[in-house]
Amino acid sequence: MKKLLILLALLPMTVFAEGLNGANTSWILTSTVLVLFMTLPGLALFYGGLVRTKNILSVLMQCFAIAGIVSILWLVAGYSIAFAEGNAYFGDLSKFMLSGILEGTVHSSGIPESLFALFQMTFAIITPALIIGGFAERMKFSAVLLFSAIWLIVVYAPITHWVWGGGWLQNMGLLDFAGGTVVHITAGVAALVAAIVIGPRNGFPSKPMPPHNMTMTITGAAMLWVGWFGFNGGSALAANGDAAMAMLVTHISAAAGAMTWMFYEWVKFGKPTALGAVTGMVAGLGTITPASGFVGPAGGLVIGIVAGIVCFNAVILIKQKWKIDDSLDVFPVHGVGGVIGTLMAAVFASNELGIFSGQGLAEGMTIMSQLNIQAIGVVATFTYTAVATYIILKVVNMITGLRVSEEEEQQGLDIVSHEEKGYDL
Amino acid sequence: MKFVTAILRPHKLDDVREALSEVGVSGITVTEVKGFGRQKGHTELYRGAEYQIDFLPKIKLEIAIPASKLDEVIEVIINVANSGKVGDGKIFVTNLDKVVRIRTGETDQDAL
Repeated sequence: MKKLLILLALLPMTVFAEGLNGANTSWILTSTVLVLFMTLPGLALFYGGLVRTKNILSVLMQCFAIAGIVSILWLVAGYSIAFAEGNAYFGDLSKFMLSGILEGTVHSSGIPESLFALFQMTFAIITPALIIGGFAERMKFSAVLLFSAIWLIVVYAPITHWVWGGGWLQNMGLLDFAGGTVVHITAGVAALVAAIVIGPRNGFPSKPMPPHNMTMTITGAAMLWVGWFGFNGGSALAANGDAAMAMLVTHISAAAGAMTWMFYEWVKFGKPTALGAVTGMVAGLGTITPASGFVGPAGGLVIGIVAGIVCFNAVILIKQKWKIDDSLDVFPVHGVGGVIGTLMAAVFASNELGIFSGQGLAEGMTIMSQLNIQAIGVVATFTYTAVATYIILKVVNMITGLRVSEEEEQQGLDIVSHEEKGYDL
Repeated sequence: MKFVTAILRPHKLDDVREALSEVGVSGITVTEVKGFGRQKGHTELYRGAEYQIDFLPKIKLEIAIPASKLDEVIEVIINVANSGKVGDGKIFVTNLDKVVRIRTGETDQDAL
């Protein structure tokens, strides 16, 4: 009788698919919300405040439109190219239109595959949305859409397959917990290439183009910090110690990046700026991303400090020395952060660094041998993204053209592209 | 009748308004304006890029008064708005030909 009662108590469990883990599922459901929140409205506001008044709406609109178009493409083919079986470079189209993913289909991590596909979709949304910072205030809206769509399929989905979908970098043992290569290097490099191909904004660098609404920027940045808990913590794909540690080191790195940038700027330019603090925070977050599931808290602190110093100097180098108008500094913050974070993951994952130890490298790996793999991952994603982005831009240029006219740029994209104004004060 | 236009530091506005009320000025028009003079602009710092901001925010005050009040009004503005530093602003005085109060149609001295 007692046995029967226990059996009865267990009965409702059987309606769930076999292997489904409720705890993991509920955490990834939450994480998915957080990661979408990073783009809408987090990144949209962060970027929106940084442009001039006449272009605010174009930035918000591009973030929204990219969220829409990427979601549809992810359903149609993006997910399949990234995560279906296939070869070392591309997934096949067996999951075209998410076919075969039913209510009861369980991913290997014990969450519904529908949830895994949705969680990954939010990563696919933010990556092309990050790129718009490179060509902000001058690109045609039609070109933005076409570029983002092709880029998702040609660059993002395959690289995701390489790193997370059973592709060659994953098999080689590349450590990229939440997207240092997949998200940040690809977005950063694409933004840099786009900024070079499209050319600087009219008047850059002699004419000042200060941010039009710092309050908006800082609000958006704060949302990014919160959302990043889902980005990195969720990438454990489980509600466990990995997720908790990833969140802890993510938070530490964000704090360290913000304070490092702030003090650095204070010493170098005489004033601690709010924009500096939040930019350092984003640098700390982007840089810890590939390492977040592998390193310990003290390692996270070092990564955040290095992010603040290196990314700060990268901004000065790219924009002021090289005069490349990567308008919202996507490459120096995300691209450079992604590179150094992916490399530092090899170091601070080691469990032989005393207080700076991480969770340990794979069996038989040393820091040097892991570093070697990380470097291959960085160079491969960097090179492929740069070449493919360049070609895509040339193709888009032939179809729609890339830039608005000089007069339209002067007038502002809000009116020119959307016939609306961001403000009517 | 005289028309007085004064360019002031924004934070001096409240004090000037109060002092003008005390000497019997019954109405002023205030506009937020930007411009440059000897003070030049200031710099702003965004991600290590220092921008020279050429136009500084100022307040423009417009006052229509009987000619007999002119010296008093000028003195009040100078006393209150003076900080002793470059950038305190200027006062422009012009002759005023005609004033009409829209509601009643009263003109000139009656309309002031």
